[in-house]
Amino acid sequence: MSNTTQLLRFITAGSVDDGKSTLIGRLLHDSKSIFEDQLSAITKTSERRGGMGAVDLSLLTDGLQAEREQGITIDVAYRYFATPKRKFIIGDTPGHEQYTRNMVTAASTANLAIILIDARKGVLTQTRRHTFIASLVGVPHIVLAVNKMDMVGYSEETFDTICADYRAFAAQLGLHEITFIPMSALNGDMVVERGENLNWYQGSPLLELLENVVIDHDINTTDFRYPVQWVCRPQTQEYHDFRGYMGRIESGEIAAGDEITILPSGRTTKVKEIVTYDGNLQRAYAPQSVTLTLTDEIDISRGDMFVKSAAMPHASKEFEAMLCWLSESPLDLSRKYIIKHTTRVVKCLFARLEYRVDVNTLEQHSSATLNMNDIARVAMKVQQPLVFDSYIKNRFTGSFIVIDEATNNTVAAGMII
Amino acid sequence: MSNQPFTHLDVLESESIHIMREVAAECKNPALLFSGGKDSIVMLRLAEKAFRPARFPFPLVHIDTEHNFPEVIACRDKLASDLGERLIVRSLDGSIKKGTIVLKNADQGRNAFQSVTLLETIAEFGFDACIGGARRDEEKARAKERIFSFRDEFGQWDPKNQRPELWDTYNTRVHAGENIRVFPISNWTEMDIWEYIAREKLYIPDIYYAHEREVIRRDNGILPVSHLVQPRPGETVEKMMVRFRTVGDMTCTCPVESHARNAQEIIEETAITRITERGATRMDDQTSEASMELRKKEGYF
Repeated sequence: MSNTTQLLRFITAGSVDDGKSTLIGRLLHDSKSIFEDQLSAITKTSERRGGMGAVDLSLLTDGLQAEREQGITIDVAYRYFATPKRKFIIGDTPGHEQYTRNMVTAASTANLAIILIDARKGVLTQTRRHTFIASLVGVPHIVLAVNKMDMVGYSEETFDTICADYRAFAAQLGLHEITFIPMSALNGDMVVERGENLNWYQGSPLLELLENVVIDHDINTTDFRYPVQWVCRPQTQEYHDFRGYMGRIESGEIAAGDEITILPSGRTTKVKEIVTYDGNLQRAYAPQSVTLTLTDEIDISRGDMFVKSAAMPHASKEFEAMLCWLSESPLDLSRKYIIKHTTRVVKCLFARLEYRVDVNTLEQHSSATLNMNDIARVAMKVQQPLVFDSYIKNRFTGSFIVIDEATNNTVAAGMII
Repeated sequence: MSNQPFTHLDVLESESIHIMREVAAECKNPALLFSGGKDSIVMLRLAEKAFRPARFPFPLVHIDTEHNFPEVIACRDKLASDLGERLIVRSLDGSIKKGTIVLKNADQGRNAFQSVTLLETIAEFGFDACIGGARRDEEKARAKERIFSFRDEFGQWDPKNQRPELWDTYNTRVHAGENIRVFPISNWTEMDIWEYIAREKLYIPDIYYAHEREVIRRDNGILPVSHLVQPRPGETVEKMMVRFRTVGDMTCTCPVESHARNAQEIIEETAITRITERGATRMDDQTSEASMELRKKEGYF
């Protein structure tokens, strides 16, 4: 691997029957990322289960005992493989209805989503659901993989019809940048190799696309956002007066000498140094983790955010958000919950439940509560002001999680509107 | 980002630093599990990058099986002392003396028993978070584990009831008596570790590099001869050029044949190897398809 290899995170969404596990198995197998002992373990299992000779590549991704027993995928699993061009992290998400929350989870960190369709069945309810979630969570790149083309005689006409159907639906969600690929994961056509059966298709096979899709702009490169994680005061002789603010640049860039505003206090000062273990930097960019020292002594603690004065975020105690309810216990509107947003933790309450979205039809319904897998628009109030951007503008400063103080469970994921 | 090409290692490094700082900021009494193995040596460098010029906001903790390679223990002590950080060692022998670990025979593999001593150590010091160097590419059960992995008061991992983990917003909250295991290098692979060791010029125990060693062949593996592993009748001792891909319990950690004498040569070997790290080197993981999952449910790392 060269020294400039990039990292791409992607998810695969589809049902058990769309051949999702087979597709991942095919990607790993044909890019030579499967090891002999893994192959021999799944070969043994395939034989024990009465497989008909061919190795069941889907067994590679079934991690837990319960899954192997039931033959299903029950949680998000992460897989890793690399080509000379890129390193890949796959978030493998199950397609069952009750596990919508897992797709939201995996999609939250993904650069790209592969949405799988069975060419025989076309655009189904679950396809719409997966696409809606991908757009809600703001996955920057969408690939529609029309799989099982071998079962429809590799028909270009069938492929074109499915693409047209899907385009019409995706346009309603404002999604236009979609790549369509016909494939047979089972036979390996258009996954890593082009194969012989889809010569009418002019585009790249899936892996070539994954290696080349431009991801430099997936992070907001313009608005500097720096949530303070930890205040560093060594209190040693050598660093007697050192006071550094540690954090990760979530978006934008910063240079020594730049003027910054500290929120929520609104005080302004300048960056004195950008300190790292490997020496001071003149300039730093998202997603680097650094330590900043400032020219003025100001009272700053974890939860504060540094921004550049030219591009200010919002600071408010009230906002609206799209929420995905993740917990088995329904939302209790009379209770207070906790929000973790960047490095700030505050109490919150749900002021209004505007509407719930039917993920299958996209229709909006009024609702008295939220249950697991529900997606809704809500109005929220928080005890202390949060410093945020809209999620569409900034994935890091526009997102939050909701925690139930009684159980400490993460009960919801929110995206600020 | 436009002017500066970030490599996958830069991105992974920054993610790990961010995770360690979250632990320091939100957990009351964390500890960094440190064994002297290569992954935990990478973790030490990441902790330096996260917290210098200050000291680490947590002690280093080693759960010693007493079945470790002496080179690894020497490296553990040297690194802790070079860094000037506090190292707490708790030995499985302590638990054996107390009677909380009962061995069938004195020389049996001890990996599975580490959970007992780990949980006793967590209770002794009241740790609410243990930072560990496990990676998701190591094993199927690990592939499904969260970066912040919640454990109940028995130290148990419940794979079907994990907290959802979204964006980089980690839920670190626990009630008294519960704790979390945190894995900052979850997204690193064996290859990333070696590339990082080469890039950062990290000092690691020399048994990771090719050396001549007396070995015997047993149960489809190569085992190093030591005071714990002696040839049985019918087995012959061979001399072989080997290196270790992992350095665990001497009774069940197998070396691989190799001539790689530095990190760069290991990277080249790793690029063409056809066997996974644990598959090649850990006999105890091969007992059943679910052995790691079962151990984790009992409080293992």
